[in-house]
Amino acid sequence: MRRLRGKLAPYLLSLPSWVYLIVFFIIPLASMLGMALAVGDPLSGYTISDNFQEFVTGFTSYEDAFARSFWYGTASTVITLAVAYPVAYWIAFYGGRHKSTYLFLIMLPFFVSFVIRVLAWEFILSDQGFVLGPLKAIGLLPQNFHVLSTQWAVIGGLVYNSFAYYVLPLYVVLEKIDRRLVRAANDLYASPSTAFMKIILPLSAPGVFAGFLLVFVTNVGDFVNAALLGGPGTYMIGNIIQDSFFENQDYPMAAALSSILMLMLMIAILLYSKAFGTEAIQEYAA
Amino acid sequence: MSATISPLPSVHKPSRLGERILACFTWAMIIYTMLPIGVMVVFSFNYAPAGRIALNWLHFTFANYRDAFGIQDLTGALIHSLEVAVGSAVISSIIGTPLALALARYRFWGKSATDLVIFADIAAPAVVVGASLLSLFLALNLPRGLLTIFIAHVAFNLAFAVVVIRARVSGLDRALDRAAADLGATPWVAFWTVTFPLILPGIIGACMLCFLLSIDDLIITSFVAGQTLTFPLWVYGAVKVGMPPQVFVLSTFIFLGGMALALVNVAVTHRREAAA
Repeated sequence: MRRLRGKLAPYLLSLPSWVYLIVFFIIPLASMLGMALAVGDPLSGYTISDNFQEFVTGFTSYEDAFARSFWYGTASTVITLAVAYPVAYWIAFYGGRHKSTYLFLIMLPFFVSFVIRVLAWEFILSDQGFVLGPLKAIGLLPQNFHVLSTQWAVIGGLVYNSFAYYVLPLYVVLEKIDRRLVRAANDLYASPSTAFMKIILPLSAPGVFAGFLLVFVTNVGDFVNAALLGGPGTYMIGNIIQDSFFENQDYPMAAALSSILMLMLMIAILLYSKAFGTEAIQEYAA
Repeated sequence: MSATISPLPSVHKPSRLGERILACFTWAMIIYTMLPIGVMVVFSFNYAPAGRIALNWLHFTFANYRDAFGIQDLTGALIHSLEVAVGSAVISSIIGTPLALALARYRFWGKSATDLVIFADIAAPAVVVGASLLSLFLALNLPRGLLTIFIAHVAFNLAFAVVVIRARVSGLDRALDRAAADLGATPWVAFWTVTFPLILPGIIGACMLCFLLSIDDLIITSFVAGQTLTFPLWVYGAVKVGMPPQVFVLSTFIFLGGMALALVNVAVTHRREAAA
């Protein structure tokens, strides 16, 4: 009896979570795919068909938005990595006893709502705001100069919002590196840059990849930065999906577009988990 | 230079200049990180003509704070956000704790599948999670409102709760609950008297993370909210018509509240660890 209970215990313990995740995570994904294949309209209801047309139409008519999303996602993730790595490196190696203070300062934006952070940037960057306004008044910038509604405003917003999310996984791996390895490299006459390239960079690779995946996936799917900081020319696929659901009420199209996005990112995620495993991501998520 | 490395005997001296540059860069990034927060706090004290935030500094006033809860819809939206955040944090932790125990302490059939689902739930883009839940609610004809927001928030918080609590369980010494069993405690009694108090900091940490993720969420909520507004949704909707100063006042409150929670958590963890 006791033995049996021991065998059953993990299943009973995981049951509530599994039920919840099946009903509200896995089934919804299936129902989204179903919705994408549906024909009908909001009034008379939908029937599921084997109509893949929506996928084709969705992809071909919003090719630009897909391309833009992947470009913004890639650019913002690469820039975030480039600025987050030196910061994480400095805190891990030279932070001394104030390491946690520096990390806390970098994590401060977590306590401000996401939408407020983006709104504050819209505020800072606005054409007549307190930054650009005076610069224009004294003639340093031409009157028609603007940052908002350019792609760089959107990419900048994405970088700001992912900065802390990238510093953390990088810090975790850099902090764990055994300093004696670096010292050994120095003893063996490695130059600082060789030591960095041959020891620190390879050992921090798991953090680089885990952070890249999380930030990239988040940024490709974002629509808030594009809506607040961008203009008509910076629409991302997230904006199109939103509009299809709520402005046009074209549910099958919206579902098809999000299914395409999901499939594209799923391929990326599966390739990632095959190559690097899922442990690292879970660790950094915590 | 870190304290663990003594002066190097090699020909290459660690570059002081390089370290200086890195330090300056880090501080520059910290200032960049805090810039929008500063703008939010400073402009919450700015005079707001016609009840709209001005783009430039006019003059200092407490008026916005005196009238912090003056916009009923906005205050209502904030209350919705708090309700959903507290509710989903507690429920996610309650559902997630058993799974965290199972993952940390047992090998079982389906464990790697569980890992994969948890990982997918964390890595899934918010737009897809939101759109898929909306598809389900539309298919079930479930009216969108506070309940659907709550369901969605538990769905994305659950994975984070599991991961945080699991990390705490993995760090525990199994000898403690074996000792409890040797002393005749049933698994149930051993759990509540030995394991639970030890993993409680992890559960509290999970609750806090879930609370912050929930109160912050705009993308997933925007799909499943229907006519019900949360604080981020209200703000997002007000972008086109102009922002009342109360938005900055209330988000300053959220900022201070979140920081207070985090500091209390740190203090409690430190005291517990010092006591243990």
